[in-house]
Amino acid sequence: MTTETEPHKDVEVQELERVTIRFAGDSGDGMQLTGSQFTRTAAVFGNDISTLPDFPAEIRAPAGSLPGVSGFQISFSSAEIYTPGDAPDVLVAMNPAALRTNIGELPPGGALIVNGDAFSANNLKKAGYEANPLQDGSLKQYNVFEIPISTLNTRALEGLDMTSKQVDLTKNFFALGLMFWLYERSMDPTLRWIEDKFGAKPVIAEANMRALKAGYAFGETTEMFHTTYRVAPAKLAPGTYRNITGNEATALGFVVAAQKAGRELVYGSYPITPASDILHQLATYKNFGVKTFQAEDEIAAIGSAIGASYGGALGMTASSGPGIALKSEAMNLAVMVELPLIVVDVQRAGPSTGMPTKTEQTDLLMAMFGRNGESPVPIVAPATPAECFDYAIEAVRLALKYMTPVIYLSDGFLANGSEPWRIPNLADLGNLAVANHTDKATFQPYNRDPDTLARPWAVPGTPGLEHRIGGLEKADITGNVSYDPENHHRMTMLRAAKVEGIADDIPPLQVFGAEQGDVLVVGWGSTYGAIRSAVERLQAEGWAVSHAHLRHMNPLPENTEQVLRSFKHVLVPEVNLGQLSLLLRAKFLIDVQGLNKVRGKPYRIIEIKQAVEALLSGQPVDDVKFPADHTPSPSAGGGLA
Amino acid sequence: MTDGNGNGSGNGAKLSPENAQVLETLQLTRKDFVSDQEVRWCPGCGDYSILAQTQKTMPDFGVPRENIVFVSGIGCSGRLPYYMNTYGFHSIHGRAPTLATGLKLANPALMVWVITGDGDALSIGGNHILHSMRRNVDIKVIMFNNRIYGLTKGQASPTSELGKKTKSSPVGTVDYPIQPLSVALAAEASFVARSVDTHTEHLQETLERAGRHHGSTFVEVLQNCNIFNDGAYRDFTERDVRDDRMLALEHGKPMIFGKERDKGIRLNGLHPEVVTIGENDVTEADLLVHDEEAQDPYLAYMLSRMWYPDFPVPVGVLRRVSRPTHDQLVVGQIEDAITRQGAGDLDKLILAGETWKVE
Repeated sequence: MTTETEPHKDVEVQELERVTIRFAGDSGDGMQLTGSQFTRTAAVFGNDISTLPDFPAEIRAPAGSLPGVSGFQISFSSAEIYTPGDAPDVLVAMNPAALRTNIGELPPGGALIVNGDAFSANNLKKAGYEANPLQDGSLKQYNVFEIPISTLNTRALEGLDMTSKQVDLTKNFFALGLMFWLYERSMDPTLRWIEDKFGAKPVIAEANMRALKAGYAFGETTEMFHTTYRVAPAKLAPGTYRNITGNEATALGFVVAAQKAGRELVYGSYPITPASDILHQLATYKNFGVKTFQAEDEIAAIGSAIGASYGGALGMTASSGPGIALKSEAMNLAVMVELPLIVVDVQRAGPSTGMPTKTEQTDLLMAMFGRNGESPVPIVAPATPAECFDYAIEAVRLALKYMTPVIYLSDGFLANGSEPWRIPNLADLGNLAVANHTDKATFQPYNRDPDTLARPWAVPGTPGLEHRIGGLEKADITGNVSYDPENHHRMTMLRAAKVEGIADDIPPLQVFGAEQGDVLVVGWGSTYGAIRSAVERLQAEGWAVSHAHLRHMNPLPENTEQVLRSFKHVLVPEVNLGQLSLLLRAKFLIDVQGLNKVRGKPYRIIEIKQAVEALLSGQPVDDVKFPADHTPSPSAGGGLA
Repeated sequence: MTDGNGNGSGNGAKLSPENAQVLETLQLTRKDFVSDQEVRWCPGCGDYSILAQTQKTMPDFGVPRENIVFVSGIGCSGRLPYYMNTYGFHSIHGRAPTLATGLKLANPALMVWVITGDGDALSIGGNHILHSMRRNVDIKVIMFNNRIYGLTKGQASPTSELGKKTKSSPVGTVDYPIQPLSVALAAEASFVARSVDTHTEHLQETLERAGRHHGSTFVEVLQNCNIFNDGAYRDFTERDVRDDRMLALEHGKPMIFGKERDKGIRLNGLHPEVVTIGENDVTEADLLVHDEEAQDPYLAYMLSRMWYPDFPVPVGVLRRVSRPTHDQLVVGQIEDAITRQGAGDLDKLILAGETWKVE
């Protein structure tokens, strides 16, 4: 069957360039699934998309409670977009707790679709409402659509052999169906998905299909909605696309890179949010020869990766901040023995356990300096979910060519956020292969390549190259243990020079906009989208503002200082308290201005735009007032969990 | 193994037919396993003997030098790889089993030895030794047990006896010691044995049996630190007393010991007891018969708890059982997946899920 959308009768169709929807409900309400189904549909339709899942750390917080609220924001557009949107145009709230935690971000006049059935006295109490907001007039500045979703959905599923609890679990698809109608979307991708997913359980499949169609039909028949909205496909660069999250792109990138290098990928990892999905995904790639190892702890995870690299494989580990801290000693071993190694850090809010499901960029200085001794390590940082693929390839290129551990800084926003990915032609990606050293006559363990300063990779199993390496300081050339002061100084300088030399082998820092002007906004990692959007708007308003985004954090591109010095002001927005700012100030003695926040959330475009405007008008950035964030924190709302 | 593009993927040298041929014609000797590095342990240290027996045993395995790797942690024992003319990796404190695990994953054909000590293996590296054993990682762990921290100059270790006075415990340690072999058995090591640094023939024989085992191999070597814990085992290892105070285990043989071969171990209820053959009608038939291949670990565990002076100290192989190794299981899953799904095709993989075209 097909559900291609037909023109709706008696309903006005309005063309929009961009729409942002936030689905919010209890963590048991399937909001992540609802959001990702809408995302797939919008992506396949050809919109540009950007998503922001926002889920609680608790697997199942008490139903209806504030800590249990799970959200998924998707922005889809007919033009290129870079962020999941500053604020939703439409909020779908499945219960009072979801309403309470999200309403503060819905602008006045925004559409609010609520499941009226969920606003029971008990649920209102759990959300901390003394009166029902649907009745007390407190929502009058919004365009409220109160729909008895549970009741309607239950009616649609009548006659199916299901418990009432099972029936209730499908109500998210009713909401999804309604949104599909409202935005003129085909139900086909989701119907196909239901068939694939629940084919073996015909009753469940039928229930979900009925729920979806009932929601759609409700939109069509009710007189509640007078307009549907059309967001045309975006004009993206020609190619084949798929929707991809950062973690998916990271895992794929390293599999492809290992193959391009002709090495087995050995992935040692210990489960940790938000990096575990990389392990889950790589564990399914057994027929690609990928060897995954769920280690007993973070140290064993990196130890196994170093052992694998020593054995000639591509050793890789991934974690988040707390795990990276545990890995620092072993990372230093890889620095000393100069073996290739990939260390992925999917950053999250710290310190300590912090907020595991919330994003932050607070590990840059740990990546730079968080090891004993003089310990230089190259660092790369992808800027978007799709770019996570490209920088996996780049990290492997550097690790193999320079025989060094490489840190790859992702974060929770990149890891779980998604965007369309123009699928590359793998044949176009360069060959990453480096040869093992096999010639006995020329072998010395620390005899370096004069260009890269890389030492030879002499893999156990190679006759005649038996040698010993380890964490003790090495004598230059021979690699024997050495306590000679001159040798230690020389080796320290060589290790530093090797990493510094990479600056000649990476692209220069690109400037978006004029190469000189009043303000340069410099970012790294997942702030890319918000910065790019803010700078585009400022440029459209005629301001001399440009954007430069670093992907290589160590070493920095060679032209970095020159780029920075071409502007009157440099603004560095980061989801930390000024880590890149500190590096840039220390390295170049340039008085960069930080824009800093750590709320577990990405920047909004407006926040960056206002900071630039402050600089342009001669005000200190510190005085910029962020838009008040009315979201009550779960702990403030009753201290559950 | 082939990868998705049909390229041979691999990590470099593995045991090739060429190497195997070399073996037949090349008779290696102890000298072939001596590196050019000057051995630097304290004069009189038990480590010299362990090194010598290790070097002597290596030629017996018929494995070319390039396919042997010694991985160590930190401590006096950690230096051993420098002295072996094989591949060697002196890693960081306690983590040698993790490197060895990854190395075996990258190249299962290698013979991997882990050299460690009582502090390295049981204190800082306790977690790793535990998990490498339960996974049956095919690595051969030799743990030098001198019941003291030597390299850091004499602090109590996890095997130091309760009340031991050391630099870190001037009025005696308050930490109860653990029995390394009990730990190894509880962690399901598939080969568990003990020997003594100065008992050179026994040590050679034990290392040789360890080297031939496939799976997690744990050998405790009672080793004398003549600087910080001299004579730790003197009471039962000295030539004149050892026959009466130690029990050399032999598979399938009754547990008999003593200069006169007249003492034995008998089971009394759930407890072992020392008996004398010929006294109180005790005959050889009453004695426990050693079975290192027993599937259940009870006998081996009981032996691991026996210690002088209540009992003779057992040496030899306590347990030797066979089960698939970690690398075999990992490679097996990969081979299975390739059989079932075909070798992965990356071009298809990156197109997985819903795609759309923009013209």
